Amino acid sequence: MALQFKKNPADIVFSTTTAIASFSVIIFIIGILYVLISESSPAIGRFGIKFLASTDWNPVKESFGALTNIYGTIITTFLSLLIAIPVAIGIAIFVTEISPNFLKGPVGAAIELLAAIPSIIYGMWGLFTLSPIMSKHVEPFLKKISADIPFVSILFQGTPMGIDILTASVILSIMIIPFTASISRDSFNLTPPIIKESAYAIGATKWEVVKNIVIPYSKIGVFGGIVLSLGRAIGETMAVAFVLGNNHRIATSLLDAAATITVTLANEFAEADNDIYLSSLFYLALVLFVMSFITLAIAKYFLLKAERKYSR
Amino acid sequence: MTRARKRKIEGVIAMALCTIAALMGLFWLVFILGDVLVHGIKALNMDLFINDPAPAGVEGGGLRNAFVGQLMITLCATLIGVPIGVLGGTFLAEYARGRKIARLISVLSDIMVSVPSIVIGTFIYAVLVKPLGHFSGWAGAIALSIIMIPVVLRTTEDMLRLVPWTLREAAFALGAPYYKVIIQIVYRGASTGILTGILLSIARVSGETAPLLFTSFNNSFFATDMNKPIASLTVTIFQYAMGPYESWHTQAWAASLVITLSILMLTVIGRLLIKGRLGRR
Repeated sequence: MALQFKKNPADIVFSTTTAIASFSVIIFIIGILYVLISESSPAIGRFGIKFLASTDWNPVKESFGALTNIYGTIITTFLSLLIAIPVAIGIAIFVTEISPNFLKGPVGAAIELLAAIPSIIYGMWGLFTLSPIMSKHVEPFLKKISADIPFVSILFQGTPMGIDILTASVILSIMIIPFTASISRDSFNLTPPIIKESAYAIGATKWEVVKNIVIPYSKIGVFGGIVLSLGRAIGETMAVAFVLGNNHRIATSLLDAAATITVTLANEFAEADNDIYLSSLFYLALVLFVMSFITLAIAKYFLLKAERKYSR
Repeated sequence: MTRARKRKIEGVIAMALCTIAALMGLFWLVFILGDVLVHGIKALNMDLFINDPAPAGVEGGGLRNAFVGQLMITLCATLIGVPIGVLGGTFLAEYARGRKIARLISVLSDIMVSVPSIVIGTFIYAVLVKPLGHFSGWAGAIALSIIMIPVVLRTTEDMLRLVPWTLREAAFALGAPYYKVIIQIVYRGASTGILTGILLSIARVSGETAPLLFTSFNNSFFATDMNKPIASLTVTIFQYAMGPYESWHTQAWAASLVITLSILMLTVIGRLLIKGRLGRR
C-alpha cells in the first residue's frame, strides 16, 4: 500500500508533524526511564541492588529498602487475582454461552461501566463501606472457621480492623474483574462456531463444550488478559491507598496493615524531607515502572499471539 | 448414577456457578454505584458549587475551587493531549502504514495506556515541579496529557484504519495531496470514532488522582492561576476522605457522586456514538 507521492511542501510539513507526535510516546518512555534512573542515582549509589532485599524503611535513620513494599505489592496482587480470575472467567462464560441474547448487551455494558468507575471511588467506597463490613462480619467469620486449621489460622491472626491486606485485595479484585472478563469474553467469542457445533452434535453438554473446546481454543487470549490485569493491579494506587494502612513490615497475617510501592509513593512522596529519602522513593518508582512495563509487555506478547492465531 | 446423569449434573453446577459469577459482577456495580448515589445525593446542595472550603473543622463551605480546578486541569490536558494523540495516530495509520515503526509505536502505546499513573506523577515531579520549586496546575495537566496521548493515539489509529482505502484512492485520482486527503476525507470518515476516543480518554483522565498528588497538589483557596498549586476534585476527595471531620466525609461523597456521574455519562455517550456509527455500516 506504500504509494509514492510527488512531495508537496505542505505534505512534508504535515507528515513530519504527525511523525513527531507519534514519536512522543517513545520519548515519554525513554524520558521516564532516564529521569527515574538519574533521580534515584543517589539511592542506587548508597544502597545498591541490596535495596531490593532490605526490609528497612526508616526515614529518621535514612536507611531504606524496598522489600516490604515489593512484598505488599506482590501479595495484594496475587490475592486479588486469586479472587478475580474465577469470577471474571465465570462472567465471560455466562455472557458468551449461557445468557439469553437480550441479556448479553446489558451485562456486558454493566461490566464495562464497572471498569469506568475511577479508582478513587473504589478506594473511598472501600474505606467507608467495605472496610466496616470486613471488620465486623467477614474477618471475624474467617477467623472463626480457620481457628482450628493449622497454618491457615496464621493467615487470620490479629484483630480484624478492616484496614488490611485482605480488604485491599478484595477491592483490587473488584477493580480488575472487568478487564479480565471483557478480554476473556472477546477471546471466547472468537472460537469458531463450527467446532462448538461439532461438539454439541456428538452429544457434549454446554459445560463440556466450554471446558474442552472454548477454553483450550482461547487460552492464549485469556492468559494475556490475566497478565494484563496483573499489570494493572501492580500499578493501582488509589483503590488500595485508603485501606492498606501504609505499614512497612512483612506481614504474615492477611489482617495486618501493609504497604505497596504505589501506596508508599502516594503517602510519602510529597512529604519526603531529605534528598536520600526522595531519591529512595524515586528508586521505588523505578522498580514499579520496570515491573509493570515487563508484565504489560508479556501481556501484549500473548494478546498479539492470540490475535495472530485467530486471524488465521 | 449413570454416566450421562453425572455429566448432566456437573454441567448444571458449572453453569450455575458462572451465573452466580455474573450476578456477583452486577452486585458490585449496583452496590458501589448505589452507595455513592445514596451518600452523594444527601450531601449534594447548591453551596457545594458556589462556596469555597470553610476552614478545617468548621461546618459548611463548598468545593467551588476543586470543581473549577478540575475543569481547568482536564481542559488543559485535553488541549495538549488530543492534538498530539490524533496526529500521532494519523502517522501510524497513514504515513507509516505497514511499516515496522508503526507497529512498534502502536504496541508501546498499548503498554503506556496501562503504565501506573503514579509513576507518571513522579516523572513530572522530577521534570517540572522540582526544577521550578513549586507545584503547579500545568504540571498536573501535562501529567494527565501523557496518560491521554496513548489512548487517543490508539483509537485514532484504529478508526482511521476502518476508513476504506478506496476512498483515499478516489481523492488521489482527483490530484489531491495526501495531507488534504487525510484532513478532508479520512478525518471526516472517521470523525465519530475519533470523537469517541477523545471522550473516553477525557473520562479516563478525569478520574485520575495519583498523577495529580505531587504535580498540581492541592489548594484550599479559589485559584485559577495554572502556575500555582490548584485544587482538583479527586485529590480533594482523597484528602477529605482520609481526614478526621464528618463534614469533610460528606463533601467527599458529594464530590464522588459528581465525578462518577460525569465519567459514566462520558463513557455511555462514547459507547452509544460508536455503536450507532458501526450499526449504520
